[in-house]
Amino acid sequence: MSKNNTTQKRRAGSRWRTLLTPVMAIVTALILGAVVIVVTDTSVYDAFQRGFGAGLGRAVQVIATAYSALFVGAFGDPVRLAQGLSLWITTGDGRAWAQALYPLSETLRYTTPLIFAGLAVALGFRGGLFNIGAEGQYFIAGLTTVYVGYSLTGLPWIIHVPLALLAGILGGAVWGLIPGYLKAKTGAHEVINTIMMNYIAFRFAEFMLDVGGPMARGDGRPVSPVIQESARLQQFLPSNPNIRFNVGFILALLAAAFVYWLLFKTTIGYEIRTVGQNPRAAKYAGMSVTRTIVLTMAISGGLAGLAASTDILGVLRFMPNAFASGYGFDAIALALLGNSHPFGVILASLLFGALQAGARNMQAMARVPLDLTEIVQGLIIIFIAAPAIIRSLYRLRAIKEGEELVVTSGWGQL
Amino acid sequence: MPPVLELKGITKRFPGVLANDHIDLTLEEGKVLTLLGENGAGKSTLMNILYGLYTPDEGEIFVRGQKTDIHGPGDAIALGIGMVHQHFMLVPVLSVTENVMLGMESIKNRLFLDREKAAKRIQAISEQYGLNVNPHALVGDLPVGIQQRVEIIKLLYREADILILDEPTAVLTPQEVRGLFEVIRSLLARGKSIIFISHKLKEVLEISDSIVVLRGGRVAGSAIPQESNERSLASLMVGRDVILTVQKETAQPKEPVLEVENLHVLGEGAALAIEGISFNVRAGEIVGVAGVQGNGQTELVESLTGLRPAHSGVVRLLGKDITHASPRTITEVGTAHVPEDRQRDGLVLSYPVADNLILNTYYLSPIAEGMVLQDRVIRERAEHLVAEYDVRTPSIMTPAGSLSGGNQQKVIVARELSRAGQFVVASQPTRGLDVGSIEYIHSQLISKRDEGAGVLVVSAELDEILSLADRIIVMFDGRIMDVVPIEKATREDLGLLMAGVHPDEHKANVAAIEEAV
Repeated sequence: MSKNNTTQKRRAGSRWRTLLTPVMAIVTALILGAVVIVVTDTSVYDAFQRGFGAGLGRAVQVIATAYSALFVGAFGDPVRLAQGLSLWITTGDGRAWAQALYPLSETLRYTTPLIFAGLAVALGFRGGLFNIGAEGQYFIAGLTTVYVGYSLTGLPWIIHVPLALLAGILGGAVWGLIPGYLKAKTGAHEVINTIMMNYIAFRFAEFMLDVGGPMARGDGRPVSPVIQESARLQQFLPSNPNIRFNVGFILALLAAAFVYWLLFKTTIGYEIRTVGQNPRAAKYAGMSVTRTIVLTMAISGGLAGLAASTDILGVLRFMPNAFASGYGFDAIALALLGNSHPFGVILASLLFGALQAGARNMQAMARVPLDLTEIVQGLIIIFIAAPAIIRSLYRLRAIKEGEELVVTSGWGQL
Repeated sequence: MPPVLELKGITKRFPGVLANDHIDLTLEEGKVLTLLGENGAGKSTLMNILYGLYTPDEGEIFVRGQKTDIHGPGDAIALGIGMVHQHFMLVPVLSVTENVMLGMESIKNRLFLDREKAAKRIQAISEQYGLNVNPHALVGDLPVGIQQRVEIIKLLYREADILILDEPTAVLTPQEVRGLFEVIRSLLARGKSIIFISHKLKEVLEISDSIVVLRGGRVAGSAIPQESNERSLASLMVGRDVILTVQKETAQPKEPVLEVENLHVLGEGAALAIEGISFNVRAGEIVGVAGVQGNGQTELVESLTGLRPAHSGVVRLLGKDITHASPRTITEVGTAHVPEDRQRDGLVLSYPVADNLILNTYYLSPIAEGMVLQDRVIRERAEHLVAEYDVRTPSIMTPAGSLSGGNQQKVIVARELSRAGQFVVASQPTRGLDVGSIEYIHSQLISKRDEGAGVLVVSAELDEILSLADRIIVMFDGRIMDVVPIEKATREDLGLLMAGVHPDEHKANVAAIEEAV
């Protein structure tokens, strides 16, 4: 009995510790980000010339301004939120409340495609595949989605929206399937091939959308036509067009739940994980390693495709040429930060979404350039990829070693 | 003169476990001290303490009479203590010289490696101890037995005189074991002292000067080879009486389960690893495949289980042609397969025990309904199998990778033998396992036979073949040398066959020579 208890405690402890490392990575990255803010701010240097105390005071002030602007930009101003809410309750006028919610809605808007793209890469990781091609899959899915979105007319939204989403899934899936097939059949490494597929996708999109291209709008601008009204993803506040937050976020959460279910509750997920962990054992178990790899890449590509679909149907309404999204590359970071777990990816995406939404406010209010968030994101990833830094910094116990010791020598005592 | 090494009251605790409990050891100069014990008995912990990888919680270490503290491998090496790990620490793409130099490179002109100087020293060491290693060979090209000698040279190069050999024979063929023992004897003759870790009783009795048996972290007893035998050591080791010879009834073979006709299989590269072999396995018998490793046994098993395509020939299982069938079809027709490399092929080490128990049945009802895995069924099945097959694991959710080798193998055996299979193929089923696990796995294979399954056992251990098999196939160079019924099998004849010589031929030759003389 006591044996069982200690086992459970140990498991709970290790779960806590797996969360601890990313949290400490984020905290450390924000601290180092603060150092960067101070070092790049000339007013701090001026203050230091007046004296050490003045310099230190100014430094603290600069950091506080920047990070509070970041926070307000990401989640809204608490005072305005409270006032808006009370106004809505007392007078029934919700406009101020909606306006106060705008920053949070932007965070969730940014988060939506990040979740899809992060899920795509995370699923690949689970299957032992490094899908660097989410970006290219995003572009192809953008083309297929927007085409279905603007070319079909007279459909009710209940048919048009799913069709356009499906077009995106298929576009991304095909773009992921090709390198998957090459990997499975010829052993060509998916990292190389997905990168190459990215370039093909970029240039192909350029060809389609450039002035005079097959999908260009025809008014001299390198963008696609606007999608039909019936293909739009429902916005939460249609009365306030500034609030771009839309149903896409709910779809992203559903996709995460679906990926969790697929990976951990189905035979397909069992095959994907087994091939990812030990392809020889998968072969021994009678699984088709080839089929599983192709399937994994196709599902991964489809998820990356949904990032583009929800972005276009819910926010952009058309596809511009050369919209360098960067989601595909953020996605790798998100999958790492989220430990390739669907729920981890949601949390990581919320963080990155908040950083991106807050950065604009930080630039406007505190004159700290947008690039700082990228520095912070980069630092987070470094600390996640090299957890030894975080562990030695905070004297955390290594997770694996301690556990292994206990378990391996433990059974003999039974 | 004080003993070369003395441990007094060494105690090491891990959270929840007492890995070493007041252990005393004494190693005399020029002697072999054997540490004997099952997996998990505390041998590795003790040696890691001696090598400075762990610090003991209590106890003292004396080297040549001096009390010492060992804080890391560096300290251990400085004291002349060296260790050959079970898994070699060699870089395959580097030469012997470069491997040996690694970590204490000799330099010329301040910048360049002095390979020549090192190679000369290695050559000298090699000749002095009769190791017969070419300093310029690439380590990756060398057979396992020679790689082990490179590890020994690494220690001698660092002037170690207390050598710890951690299960050195686990990876060797019988011939290589003999070679290793010669090396050990020449080391002893030059005053080196050796700690030998093993659980193979025959070898232990042959090479040791004294034996200390560990069980559950304590010294269970000590012995000297002249006054002990396999049975007494085995019961000290597991703490109860052990049946060393397998108890079984005479086989009652019936119709053939597996028929192999003129099978050819390609090995790595384009060469034939199996060159036209034919045999059958009948229901209710165990057929043993004996042979020195690398004579086609691995390829044979891979081909029978669908993991390696057959080049030509026919394989029939229960009358069905499975020559070119997929692993899944072969499993479904009724094959249970205990693979040669349990960690690489048979398990997903990061998966919990429960998930490993469904590795090849995960898609079948009631484990999955449609494509949805039935967690409750999987857990209940796992609890049941873990209990029935005596898998010792903290829980069914423990990752398979953190179990001992014996329990990992029991997970595989539970998974394979619990399925209704008419044909069982077990490759090296007890390699590297402790006596208790070996005994258990043997009895499981025999009870499968008695239930009417045909069993094919491939093993590099002649003793295992002799105690399990009803008929013995001896393989040499991709062909079957002979099929010997157990009643007529002798170690000597099998040994000759394994070396590619027919005993009759041999006798004829001997007779001819005698006549000529």
